[in-house]
Amino acid sequence: MSRAEAVLPAEGQPIDQVPIVRVTGLEKSFGPLKVLDGVSFAVQPGQMVAVVGRSGSGKSTMLRCLNGLEDIQGGTIEICGHQVGRPGSWNKAQLRSDVGMVFQSYNLFPHLTVERNITLALTLVQKKPKADARRIALAVLEQVGLAEKAQAYPEQLSGGQQQRVAIARSLALSPQVMLFDEVTSALDPELTVEVLKVMEDLSRGGMTMILVTHEMGFARRVAHSVIFMHRGRVWESGPTAELFARPQTIEFQQFVGSVL
Amino acid sequence: MNYDFDFEFLADRWPDFLAGAWLTIQLTVVAIVLGFALGTLCAVLRVYGHPLLRRLVGGYVEIIRNTPLLVQIFIVYFGIATLGLKLSAETSAIIALVINVGAYTTEIMRAGIESIPRTQIEAADCLGLKRLQVILHIVLLPAMERVYPALSSQFVLLMLASSITSQISAEELTAVANLIQSDTYRSFEVYIVVAIVYLALSFLYRIAFWLIGGLLFVRRRRLGTAL
Amino acid sequence: MTQFNSFHLLYLVDAAKWTILLSLIAFAGGAVLGMALALSRLSQWRALRWLAIGYIQIVQGTPLLILLFLAYFGLGILGAKLEPVVAAGLALTLYTGAFLGEIWRGCIQSVPRTQWEASDCLGLDRLQQYVWVILPQATRIAIPPTVGFMVQVVKNTSLASIIGFIELARAGQIVNNSTFQPFLVFVCVGAIYFALCYPLSVTSRYLERKLHVAR
Repeated sequence: MSRAEAVLPAEGQPIDQVPIVRVTGLEKSFGPLKVLDGVSFAVQPGQMVAVVGRSGSGKSTMLRCLNGLEDIQGGTIEICGHQVGRPGSWNKAQLRSDVGMVFQSYNLFPHLTVERNITLALTLVQKKPKADARRIALAVLEQVGLAEKAQAYPEQLSGGQQQRVAIARSLALSPQVMLFDEVTSALDPELTVEVLKVMEDLSRGGMTMILVTHEMGFARRVAHSVIFMHRGRVWESGPTAELFARPQTIEFQQFVGSVL
Repeated sequence: MNYDFDFEFLADRWPDFLAGAWLTIQLTVVAIVLGFALGTLCAVLRVYGHPLLRRLVGGYVEIIRNTPLLVQIFIVYFGIATLGLKLSAETSAIIALVINVGAYTTEIMRAGIESIPRTQIEAADCLGLKRLQVILHIVLLPAMERVYPALSSQFVLLMLASSITSQISAEELTAVANLIQSDTYRSFEVYIVVAIVYLALSFLYRIAFWLIGGLLFVRRRRLGTAL
Repeated sequence: MTQFNSFHLLYLVDAAKWTILLSLIAFAGGAVLGMALALSRLSQWRALRWLAIGYIQIVQGTPLLILLFLAYFGLGILGAKLEPVVAAGLALTLYTGAFLGEIWRGCIQSVPRTQWEASDCLGLDRLQQYVWVILPQATRIAIPPTVGFMVQVVKNTSLASIIGFIELARAGQIVNNSTFQPFLVFVCVGAIYFALCYPLSVTSRYLERKLHVAR
């Protein structure tokens, strides 16, 4: 377990920095099925952490637990200072403003324009004036390269564009941590590239990101560290280069062999 | 058949028909607005409410949908009198129509609400929207857009069914016709005229609902595609 | 003036058999008319299609109560004796037919096009296609909404009371005239209607679910 609980240092950052995400002994069951069986890891501010593993290894469930979308049966989650999952110990509204989430199926609101998709939470939750919300919306759209699509409806965009809008929508609330749940799995390869590009830019800008992904090439190239999940546990983890250079477990070797 | 049609009564009674039609419009527009509000509220409770509330709403819907409007009108009309309240026939009629169309709206809107994917609600939740905000901004409008054809047909049916309120002597279109035919003895002709007025009203209501749909569903108006 | 008692209740229950009879008449007549309308709507002859559309639009845009009055007084003009049951049966048939026609047209159209093409390739003519390929499949789809619509038919028969046919609703008015306990009487009448309709509603939903599972 020593390796699983290791705090992952970001390259070029002081190791003694306080982690922004710390998960210890996380357990989650769906009825009799134990999906997460003592997951522990930590993430430093500004890091991009890629969570990889076969389907059914529990990685998406783990991500949903981080954002309080699933209740948990054991362990602790601390994210941006919120103790998630323990009843009464976290403020959902505050957590929502600190942690952004992007989904595999984009989940844009089909009846609203791109701009309104983004300004909705700014005006309803953050109570910003309409003009300010618009300015922010245009700025984040600019950031993902879709400023000219502000007045379009989601159905008028390609999958890749929709996903970039979803990222912008989350970004607009200026979260401290962003969670990405297989955000390119529903996309064609050529559309995947444009979304990954946006994510890479975000990471360069210093955003703390945790992404569950099947894009091993991307993870290997861009992520600061990698967590390999297997059977509901952190099977192996560490700085990306080191992990890929010297895999410790046969399972990770096999997994890398099967996807690369 | 040797029957001479005689529509002469129209010459001096047409204002009565108009007045009756106007009251029918007033009764049914009020009933539709209030019934839609009631039904939407019930649909939300039926899907998201406390289990007890869900069963309560379910019971209300089943009772109304499995009994005739005529009997509902009598129960409301006489029930209110039994309670010692003095309400006009028109007010009683509106109450009965609201209760009736509210139940149908509940069923239709429930289907719409249930057609909104869970992931939409989850995404809104992740943006920090409160439950009520999610229902208002993310669920209800798209739900309504999806069931809008069924909803507007139901409202046209309600307008037609409002003719039954003539039985508690609400002075709407059918009651006016009953009065005129007893004055003139031209029963068949009177009801032909009234049938044509109702046809015109259904046409008018369909156009109105089409226009309202265009105002409400901006995306559909601009793109012309189904949600 | 007498109090509402078990005799009155029995009288109401007995009157319900006329409600059932009228419902059956309306449904049988409506089914024949509805089938003709559904097939006309899908006919290759444009005139027939428009005739059916026009009929359905007019009937669905007119209150059933007005249709009842028209049937009642119209039959009178034709010299027929004013039998409420005949007028009610006629009006309900005309009304039920229009709605069943639309429901069934939808069911026939929901049979995949490929079924028409496949049977066409086998050399079946249009009638044979309907009888052997399309209608058997459409029937399966049509049963749940048809049972559901029977609830409407039963409820609609209550309007026959207004032209004086003594069925359940009219029996309620008669009882009320002697007891002056309208609230109680009409709640009982409503309960009997509910007892007739609710099983149909439940059956319709059950069949609907079964059909969805089967698909």
